[in-house]
Amino acid sequence: MKRAVVVALLLLLGWLVLYPLVLLLAESFRDGSRWTWAHYAAVFASAADRSALVHTLVVAAGSVVGAFALGLPLAALVARRRFPGRRLLAALAAVPVVLPPLVGTLALVFVYGEQGLLARWLRAFTGAAAPPWRFQGVGAILLVHASTMYVYVYLLALAALARVDPRLEEAAATLGAGRWRRWLGVLLPQLRPALFAGALLVTLSALGSFTAPYLFGGNFRVVTTQIYASKLNGETGRMLAESALLAGVALGLLALLGRERAGPSGGSVGVALPGSGLRRAGWGTTAAVALGVAVPLLPQVLLVAAAFGLGVPGEGFTLAHFRRLVTEPERLVPVLNSLQFATAATLANLAVAVPAGYLLARGGPARSLLSLLTALPWAVPATVLAVALAVTFSLDAPSRGRLLLVGTVWILPLAYFVRNLPVVARAAAAAFAGLDPRLEEAAATLGAGRLRRWVTVVLPLVWPGIAAGAVLALVSALGEFVASILLYTPRSRPLSIELLARLRDYDLGGAAAYATLLLVLVAATFYLALDEVDPR
Amino acid sequence: MLRLEGLAKRFDHVPVLEDVSLEVAPGEIVAVLGPSGEGKTTLLRVVAGLLRPDAGFVRWKDQDLTSLPAERRGVGMVFQSYALFPHLDVAGNVAFGLRTRRWPKAETDRRVAEVLAQVGLPGFERRRIDRLSGGQQQRVALARALAPHPPILLLDEPLSNLDAALRERTRGELRQLLTASGVAALWVTHDQDEAFAVADRIAVLHGGRFAQVADPLTLYHRPATLAVARFVGRATVLPAEVETTDGPYLLCRLPGDTCWTAAPAPGVALSPGASVHLFARPEGLRIVAPDTSGAWPATVVERRFLGGRLLLRLEGPERAEAWAELDGAAPALGARVGLAPKPGVRPLAFPG
Repeated sequence: MKRAVVVALLLLLGWLVLYPLVLLLAESFRDGSRWTWAHYAAVFASAADRSALVHTLVVAAGSVVGAFALGLPLAALVARRRFPGRRLLAALAAVPVVLPPLVGTLALVFVYGEQGLLARWLRAFTGAAAPPWRFQGVGAILLVHASTMYVYVYLLALAALARVDPRLEEAAATLGAGRWRRWLGVLLPQLRPALFAGALLVTLSALGSFTAPYLFGGNFRVVTTQIYASKLNGETGRMLAESALLAGVALGLLALLGRERAGPSGGSVGVALPGSGLRRAGWGTTAAVALGVAVPLLPQVLLVAAAFGLGVPGEGFTLAHFRRLVTEPERLVPVLNSLQFATAATLANLAVAVPAGYLLARGGPARSLLSLLTALPWAVPATVLAVALAVTFSLDAPSRGRLLLVGTVWILPLAYFVRNLPVVARAAAAAFAGLDPRLEEAAATLGAGRLRRWVTVVLPLVWPGIAAGAVLALVSALGEFVASILLYTPRSRPLSIELLARLRDYDLGGAAAYATLLLVLVAATFYLALDEVDPR
Repeated sequence: MLRLEGLAKRFDHVPVLEDVSLEVAPGEIVAVLGPSGEGKTTLLRVVAGLLRPDAGFVRWKDQDLTSLPAERRGVGMVFQSYALFPHLDVAGNVAFGLRTRRWPKAETDRRVAEVLAQVGLPGFERRRIDRLSGGQQQRVALARALAPHPPILLLDEPLSNLDAALRERTRGELRQLLTASGVAALWVTHDQDEAFAVADRIAVLHGGRFAQVADPLTLYHRPATLAVARFVGRATVLPAEVETTDGPYLLCRLPGDTCWTAAPAPGVALSPGASVHLFARPEGLRIVAPDTSGAWPATVVERRFLGGRLLLRLEGPERAEAWAELDGAAPALGARVGLAPKPGVRPLAFPG
C-alpha cells in the first residue's frame, strides 16, 4: 500500500516535473535529429544575450541590496521597539507576501508611470504636456523588486529576532556592550542563518523575475525577457539554450549556497521575560515604519481607489468600471477562467501534497528523491518552467509521455499545479512533522484502524497547516502572470493577461477594477480559509 | 493471564530486548523497573502491538496476540506524554475507544461520565485539553485507556510529568483504581520508590532481560544479582574472601582482617578460598566501637541528614566504601569507628 503510493507519486512527479526539465535540456542540444552546440554558440555570440546575462546578475545583486535596505530596518524596529500602531504596521508590512506580484508591479506603474497618477497630477497642476521622467530601465526594476521582495527579508529577520533569547542581549549589556556593539556582536551573528536565507530567496526571485523587466525594462533586457523575445521571434533553439542557462545559474546558486542554511542556534529560545526585549519608542518610530510600509502598499491603495474613480484627475467616485465587468460578459470571462484554473490546480496540489508531505515528514525509501521533485519547481524560474512545459506538451506522443496540451485549456492549470506544488508540499510536510506520532499510536491502542486514524486524528490535526499552504497556492494561481503569458491561449485568457491588456489599452480604470477584484478574491480566500481553519 | 514468552527486539542490529518472559495475572500490577535506555518503552510497545518483536510471543489466555496489530488487541495504553488528541475535548478523548468499538451513543455517554467520575474528574466532559493541568491530563489519559474495559493496561512512566507532591498522591489513587478494575497492568517506571509503592511484583530489566521478578520485599532484601542490589535502593558492597563454611552460612574475611558471617546468594554454591562480594542494606548495619570483635574498622567520610535518620559514608581498609544508616547519636566526621551487621542480619555473598 505504502509502496504503491510512493511509486505512483514518483512516477507522476517524474513525468510532470523532472521530465519536462530534462527534455528542455536535451532539446537545447538538438537541431532536428542531430546533437549540436549551435544554440549555445549562438547565445554566447549574441551581444544581446551576453548583456542580458550581465543585467540579470546586476538586477539580482541590486535587488538584494534594495530588499535588505527596506526589510531589515523594518524588522528591527518592529521586533525591538514598542510604538503606537506597532501591531497594525507589523501586519501591514507582511501583507505583500500574499499579494499577487503583478498587482504590486502594476500599482507602481500606475502611480509612477508616464501615464500614471503622479504624471497626471503634475500635468493637471503645471499643464506640461509630457512627464518630466520615464519610469523605465534598471532603476524602475530595482524599485519594484525592493518593494515586493523586501517582505522575505522582513519576515525571516522578524522571526529570527523573536527567537533570539533576550538574555543574550542583556548579558552583553552587563558586559559593557553598547547598543551598536550588541547589534553587531550579538544579534547579527544570531540572525545570520535567517539573513542568509533571505538573501538567497531574494536572489532566486530576482533571477527569475519577469514581470518588472517585461513591463519597465525597455531596452534593458534580462534573461527572462530575452527568453520571451526569442519565443516571439520563433527562435526555439535559442530560447531553449537561454532557458537551460538560466535554470543552471539558479540551480547552481542554490546548490552552492543552499547548504549553508544551518538551523537556528540552539539554547533556550522564545523566552519572554517581563520588561525585556522591547524598547519604548514614540511616534517618530511609527512614522518611520509607516513610511517604509507605504513604499510597497500605498501604490496598491491608490490603485484600488482609482478603480472607484477616486484620486484620478478628471474623474469622481464611480462604479462604472465594476459595472462593465457585469454588463460586458467578455470582461468577466477571464475572471471565471482564472477561478477555474486556480481551483483545479490547487485541488490537484492537495491530492499530491498530502501523501507527499506525509512521506517527506515520516521518512521512507524515496524521501530524498521526493524532496527534490517537490522542490524543483520552486528552484527553477517560472519562465523556464513554462518553457519546459511548452516543449513537453506541444506534441501528441503518448508513448513518450508527451501530450498535446499547449493551445488547450489544460496547459495553464497544469502550469499552476507544477509551479505551486512546492508551497503545498512543504506546508503539508511541516504539518505532518508537527504531528506527534504517538497520537496515531494512541488511536491504534484504542482500536482505530488505519483509515479511522486518518479520518479522526491525522487529518483534523494537519488540516490547518495544509490548508494554509493551499490558500497560498490558490492565491498565487489566481494572479499568476509569468507562466501564463508564455502559455495562455486567446480562447482561455486568465485574469492577469486581461489586466495587462487593459493597461496596454490605456484603460486604467478597467485595469484597476481587475486588480481590485483580484485583491478582493485574495482577501476572501484568506478570510474563508482562516474561518475554516480556526473556528474558535 | 498475560504471558510474554522469550521476546526479543533489535534496532539496527543492536539488541534492546534479548529474552524477556513474564506473566501478569488479572488484577495484578507488575512494575517494569530499569534505568533509562534499557528498553522498557520498547517492551511496552511490543506488548501494545506498536512494534513487532523479532522473536517470542505475547499471549492473552489461550490467544496468541503476537501478529495482531495494535487496533485489534484491545490493550489499553497510557502514554508518557499522554498523547491526548488536542482537537477533541475531554469527552471526545475518553469516548474515542468506545466509538471505534461502535458502542451506542447513550451507553458511550454513560461510560464516559462513569469513568471520568472514577478518575476524579466528574463533569469535565466539555473541557478543552489545553485548558487542563498536568495532573488532570494524566487522569484523562487514564480514563481514555480504561473506558473500553481493556483486559490489559500498559502504563509508560505515567507519573513522570507530574511534580513530586502530586506524584506521591496520585500513586495511591492509581493503584486502587487499577486493582478495582481488575486489569492486568504492566507499569513501566525508572523510579524505584514508585515501583515499590504501586506494584504487586517488580520486574527489573537489565541487559535486555529480566534480572529478577519478585515482590518488593524480596527484591529489596534478597536481590538475585549484584546489579539488582545496586540498582534498587542504596547498597553496601564489600569485597571479601570465603574462609570456611559454617552449616548453611559462610565465614568471610574482609579487607583489614575482619570476619563476617554471610549467607550465600540464592542458588549460589561457594567453597573456601572463593572471592565474593558481601551485600548489606545500610539499615542492616550498625556502628560499634572500633575494637569490638568482628567490627570492620572504618572512618566516617560523609554524613547525610535524612530527616528521622542519618546516613554515613565510611571508608575502610583498601579504600573500600560502605553505607550505614543510624537513628541514634552519630559519630563526627573523621571519627574512627567499627562497622558490623546488626544482630540476626546476615549479608548476602555474591560470587566476586
